[in-house]
Amino acid sequence: MGARTLYDKLWDEHVVRYDDNGTALLYIDRQLVHEVTSPQAFEGLRLAGRKPWRAAANLAVPDHNVPTIERALGIVDPVSRLQVETLDANCAEFGITELRMGDPRQGIVHVIGPEQGFTLPGMTIVCGDSHTATHGALGALAFGIGTSEVEHVLATQCLLQRKSKTMLVELDGPVAPGVSAKDIVLAIIGQIGTAGGTDHVIEFAGEAIRDLTMEGRMTVCNMAIEAGARAGLIAVDQKTIDYVRGRPYAPSEALFEQAAAHWRTLVSDPGAHFDRVVTVSAASIRPQVSWGTSPEMVVPVDARVPDPAAEPDPVKAAGMRLALEYMGLTAGTPITEIRPDKVFIGSCTNGRIEDLRAAAAVAKGRRVAEGIRQALVVPGSGLVKAQAEAEGLDKIFIEAGFEWRDPGCSMCLAMNADRLEPGERCASTSNRNFEGRQGPRGRTHLVSPAMAAAAAVTGHFVDVRGL
Amino acid sequence: MEPFVNFAGIVCPLDRANVDTDAIIPKQFLKSIKRTGFGPNLFDEWRYLDRGEPDQDCRQRPLNPDFVLNDPRYAGASILLARENFGCGSSREHAPWALMGQGFRVLIAPSFADIFFNNCFKNGILPIRLSGDLVDDLFKLAGGPEALRIAVDLVAQTLHLPTGRTIPFEVDAFRRHCLLEGLDDISLTLQHVEAIRAYEARRLAEAPWLFA
Ligand code: SF4
Repeated sequence: MGARTLYDKLWDEHVVRYDDNGTALLYIDRQLVHEVTSPQAFEGLRLAGRKPWRAAANLAVPDHNVPTIERALGIVDPVSRLQVETLDANCAEFGITELRMGDPRQGIVHVIGPEQGFTLPGMTIVCGDSHTATHGALGALAFGIGTSEVEHVLATQCLLQRKSKTMLVELDGPVAPGVSAKDIVLAIIGQIGTAGGTDHVIEFAGEAIRDLTMEGRMTVCNMAIEAGARAGLIAVDQKTIDYVRGRPYAPSEALFEQAAAHWRTLVSDPGAHFDRVVTVSAASIRPQVSWGTSPEMVVPVDARVPDPAAEPDPVKAAGMRLALEYMGLTAGTPITEIRPDKVFIGSCTNGRIEDLRAAAAVAKGRRVAEGIRQALVVPGSGLVKAQAEAEGLDKIFIEAGFEWRDPGCSMCLAMNADRLEPGERCASTSNRNFEGRQGPRGRTHLVSPAMAAAAAVTGHFVDVRGL
Repeated sequence: MEPFVNFAGIVCPLDRANVDTDAIIPKQFLKSIKRTGFGPNLFDEWRYLDRGEPDQDCRQRPLNPDFVLNDPRYAGASILLARENFGCGSSREHAPWALMGQGFRVLIAPSFADIFFNNCFKNGILPIRLSGDLVDDLFKLAGGPEALRIAVDLVAQTLHLPTGRTIPFEVDAFRRHCLLEGLDDISLTLQHVEAIRAYEARRLAEAPWLFA
């Protein structure tokens, strides 16, 4: 076999068979399940009288609908409650392990997968959720699927797939100090666009990616889907292996060493062919702030809101006009003059311990500014919350005037009670700034955790490096 | 799944790029544990003037007269025309369920987001990619005073315009077969139980930690 990309290797290892027309039956090692996209899949199994092929290959957790406050009271909204109770009942009926709402390990599905060692390098991992791309940070082939496919994986442990094209996004050096993983990935999306990765699996590479912690790498891969890619990948290195060691679902001792020896081969071979290669100038990346209603509508914090009149592509210019109107912004306004009403720190993009540390470092000794109605910190999981509390981060946030909440998706998509009111503007560490994403007519600006904290304490967007 | 039958239908032109699945079916309707009933909430935030909540009687709600779906010209449309990157964002299969519930069987755009594109085929919807120029032409025709009616022939992989023009389109052979036959993927895969078991046995020997 010639030089292969990491994607080629992961793909080859998981093909059960090919059809005459080249569609592969791909074996899926693990599936993560949450309450929103699974009820109809379980219902399908039940109606067909089918059982899970390998119940132990699935791990479930409720996250989208769970309250982040006063959990002891349960879920007040009856529709949300029914969805979570349906997950509990389905998992019990089909013998699937679930970290229930009261479990200290409960959290956002993409935070708990790696945290529990349920996500391992070299695996194929799916979930009925587009941000499954996150798990690619561990050198796993991970992608989001629809509910019919959730049912398909439950019933057969396989999926019908066609091989994607490959794209290498290479950072050409280190980033400047104070530039985070979120800034890197937003800058990449700004450069290649939200459809830039369509039909491709993106491998992120280069010094700036290698320098990132595992948490940072997860932030980058998490947003591969926002670049339109099927999945994001980062090659395995010593950091990956050290991260996995000792986690509850990770292999131990001799088996770990055997696995690790294989994991070290999960890198693209020198000279492997990519269908597309994009080089990103790492040194030029500055802290990013999105201004519009698509993640590609993003600029550095020291820039101004762009002008549709300067956009030559008429379809793009029309999209920009709609976005400016929705966002209540005028072309030419300096980003630093935009004042959020709310601040949200959390989500599967930026709800890990390192994210909370970065935000707390900015919040420490400062106060949430006058004009900010609410500043939420929502840890990505119960274990992240416990770790943060052990480090005293909760106290820093609370003293600064932030609310310290229980883990869940929360205001990332506002399916629970945490949401923006119409017209409200939010500095958010989540991944999508679509219309209504954080509440009907809410306005989202995507930023890193440090930038969100900086906006909270100053009342406007500001380059956190100058604080 | 219902087999896909050739038909002729009215084209509804939604002139927007990057229409995301949150816009197709907003999150508050995802709390349903059923597969049906999403049609009235398709494009809810654009379609109605009030805020949509689950279990409302949508016939009582104020319609947004400026939204294309509410234009009487396009009543009963079964073909949706849109711009680049249609269906981006969340993986929710509720998006094709809602489109289907509203009566859309064919979607035409220059590009579709990957997960959404897949989800369409699983639900009997045919997403067709055409070049930006062709899509432009169709927008012009569909935006005229008379609604545009297109005949869709999946067997021949062609669209027929009332002008007599025929537009060919590409669709993956396997997906086309499944659509035309209304095949359920799971039963197809379960024809390969032996191959799956053999694969698992081989992997268990090679990489035992995967099954630990
Ligand atoms: S945190 Fe947001 S993006 Fe992540 S899984 Fe939850 S809702 Fe989806």
